[in-house]
Amino acid sequence: MITRLVRALGPPILFGALFLAAWELFVVARDIKAYLLPKPSAIWGQFHDNIGQIWKVARVTGLNALVGLLVGLALGLVMALLASRFSLLGELIDPLSVAAAAMPIIVLVAIFNNLFSITSEVPRRLMVAVVVFFIVFINVAKGLRQASATQLELMDSYGAADLQIIRKLRIPNGLSFLVTALRQAAPLAVVTAFVSEYFGGPQNGLGSRIAQAISSSRDTTGWAYVLAACLLGLTFFALSALVERWAMPWQHHRTT
Amino acid sequence: MGAVRIDRNAIRRSLLFVVSLLLLAVLWEAYKLVGPEAGGKILGARLLPKAENRSMPHVWDMLSRFGRPEQRGSSGSVFMAVLAGGWFTFRIALAGLLLGLAVGFALAVVMARFRIVERGLLPWLVVSQTVPLIALAPLVVSWGGRLHVGSLTWQKWMSAAVIAGFLGFFPLAVGGLRGLSSPPPASVELLDSYAATWRSGLIKVRIPAAVPYLVPSLKLAGSAAVVGAVVAEISTGLKGGIGRLIIEYSREATADPAKVFTAVFGAAAIGLAMSALVAVLDRYVSRNRPKEMFA
Amino acid sequence: MTHAVEITGIRKVFNEGRTNPVVALDDINLAIADGEFISLIGPSGCGKSTLLRLVANLIDPTAGSVRVNGKSAADARRDGDYGMAFQQSGLFDWRNVVRNVELPLELKGWEKAKRRSRALEMLDLVKLTDFANNYPWELSGGMQQRVAIARALSFSPKLLLMDEPFGALDEMTREHMQSELIRICADTGSTVIFVTHSIPEAVYLSNRVVVMSPRPGRVAAVVDVDLGPRSDDTREANRFFAKVTEVREALRGYEHTDALTGGDMR
Repeated sequence: MITRLVRALGPPILFGALFLAAWELFVVARDIKAYLLPKPSAIWGQFHDNIGQIWKVARVTGLNALVGLLVGLALGLVMALLASRFSLLGELIDPLSVAAAAMPIIVLVAIFNNLFSITSEVPRRLMVAVVVFFIVFINVAKGLRQASATQLELMDSYGAADLQIIRKLRIPNGLSFLVTALRQAAPLAVVTAFVSEYFGGPQNGLGSRIAQAISSSRDTTGWAYVLAACLLGLTFFALSALVERWAMPWQHHRTT
Repeated sequence: MGAVRIDRNAIRRSLLFVVSLLLLAVLWEAYKLVGPEAGGKILGARLLPKAENRSMPHVWDMLSRFGRPEQRGSSGSVFMAVLAGGWFTFRIALAGLLLGLAVGFALAVVMARFRIVERGLLPWLVVSQTVPLIALAPLVVSWGGRLHVGSLTWQKWMSAAVIAGFLGFFPLAVGGLRGLSSPPPASVELLDSYAATWRSGLIKVRIPAAVPYLVPSLKLAGSAAVVGAVVAEISTGLKGGIGRLIIEYSREATADPAKVFTAVFGAAAIGLAMSALVAVLDRYVSRNRPKEMFA
Repeated sequence: MTHAVEITGIRKVFNEGRTNPVVALDDINLAIADGEFISLIGPSGCGKSTLLRLVANLIDPTAGSVRVNGKSAADARRDGDYGMAFQQSGLFDWRNVVRNVELPLELKGWEKAKRRSRALEMLDLVKLTDFANNYPWELSGGMQQRVAIARALSFSPKLLLMDEPFGALDEMTREHMQSELIRICADTGSTVIFVTHSIPEAVYLSNRVVVMSPRPGRVAAVVDVDLGPRSDDTREANRFFAKVTEVREALRGYEHTDALTGGDMR
């Protein structure tokens, strides 16, 4: 077990360490100015020094991501369940999902900002919810449809009623797709919450701090805030991966 | 026979798409009719949008805004302004996509060749997609004018293209790796028996095998590049593109509420144009391939 | 005498009335006695799986009738007169082993305590009591199929319908499962219709082997297998090989008679 972990994590950690070392040496050797590319050690220093501020703003962005994520999950799940029952609903939402995937829907924040007061965080949360909704809807709707043929035949052979098939087969099957959707949606929620801040509204999140740092020529500090954003995204990803592992331990060994 | 059936399906789907858009418009207008002018509360939180015309213009106002002049007294219509901005952003996205394709595929080849690289690099590539590296955008753009690559001065738009490419390269690297690794061992062994080098195996077997995997990745990368281009423009203040227009019009929204919608429609159009481009490429590339490959 | 299964004049056409209809089965007549073990064997596309599904009332015949225990196939399905097992175990990943076995009992409205005790009884029959609380992904392919068989038998159907249930298993596990199946059927006295591609499997398991012709599927031959009680030595007996050869030649027979009009088979 330990050897397996080492084998899996060893190369990436090695690569990461080598990359950081090369970065540091490159900046020092070529005497690159900080406003172009700061040293990793300097970035870490700034991160450490500003940790209080970082935590304060990361919480705002993180909360937006979390609220939007939960709302999007709930709505996506409900809609997928309804769509499996009323196929017309599914047929109407499907083209919207395709369109949403093709266009940069993040620009909708500009519209949302006008619908609410300028001090409201709702536009950002709404944006995250919309993005998450489509991911969840597509995945869960697919899962609800996709019960395996063998399992459906078995249910038929037992003389199961439609409602029984839905309750005992389709829904548990669909829920496993929900958890997979979560793993995709969680980091995307953070990115969306982050990017939404660029469109205006209250400037108290991670995104605005980076802009501030640059405009006051504190580029290294800006990079420290970028690091914080990355850590936030990773946290959401790790948590969703854990949920997936806990809820569906069989995912890696699918039998059907 | 098969071709006719596909077209009928496409027609039905397009029809449903139009219907759902109309439904959205109807819901919009319905809310305007019954919703609170100044916004409202649900369970104590200010969750209801403002239904007044300054926040929610009528759908027909949004559409007619295209025809009227951009600024009071200026000669160009909003349509022309949005078109110009859209074209600007589209080119950046395309440049980014090509860059992402080159880098992504190169990485895929290296990872396919050296398994140790795959094991060391792939996890980082996965991680790169879970973090908002778009945050780097403003920092990258400050290279503009200050970085010199040979005789070329770094232009601001190049940063935007790099960012667009960065958002798009991951699906291409992963899809490319899967494709390059896809030939069955039997094909690879066949080449070995001819004492072929890895390089000729790459060209003759792996790359052709990788193409069907790259196409769906291209779809993802294309839309990611568009998002990257738009967001890069906004976060770096790059002028000339649709991102800039969205921000500008958004600032004028209280005086001219319908204008920002025109820019949003323009952004949607860019996304659809990119999808269409990739779809055409898909058609061309897979003209001789069995249909089952794209399950 | 009412047979356990009576198949009369069965004909099944797919895509009837459209541009390319497919006659899957044509004029199938078969009577299966209580407690008999019948194998259906034939080349791919001969309709053996279709026939099985017709008996199971999962599809309807174009002509002819199926009677199970004197009832129509539809009534038999509703009354739970048969259990099915497929090549894929079809176990639900989110349920542990005992709850998988309980599934048909839940659907038929059995109360909790009775379900649990019956499921455990079945697991004992297939010798998997120790794994009651494990999940499907923790079990090997052969074990999963045993759970599937336990599930198929949970409501004590007199008829078992099996569609290549051991097809995905390796040879040694397969032989082991064949012995297990014989033991279980002896204990329960079930009638079995078993679809397979493997001649030795068909001969080892059955009282009679029904050889089917390629599309449109017809009964080409019925081979009586009188090997007596099976044991591990049966597979090495001369009589066994003779029966395998008989089935094989029956399978080849129609190929030759198709190519040379009514000519010699060798």
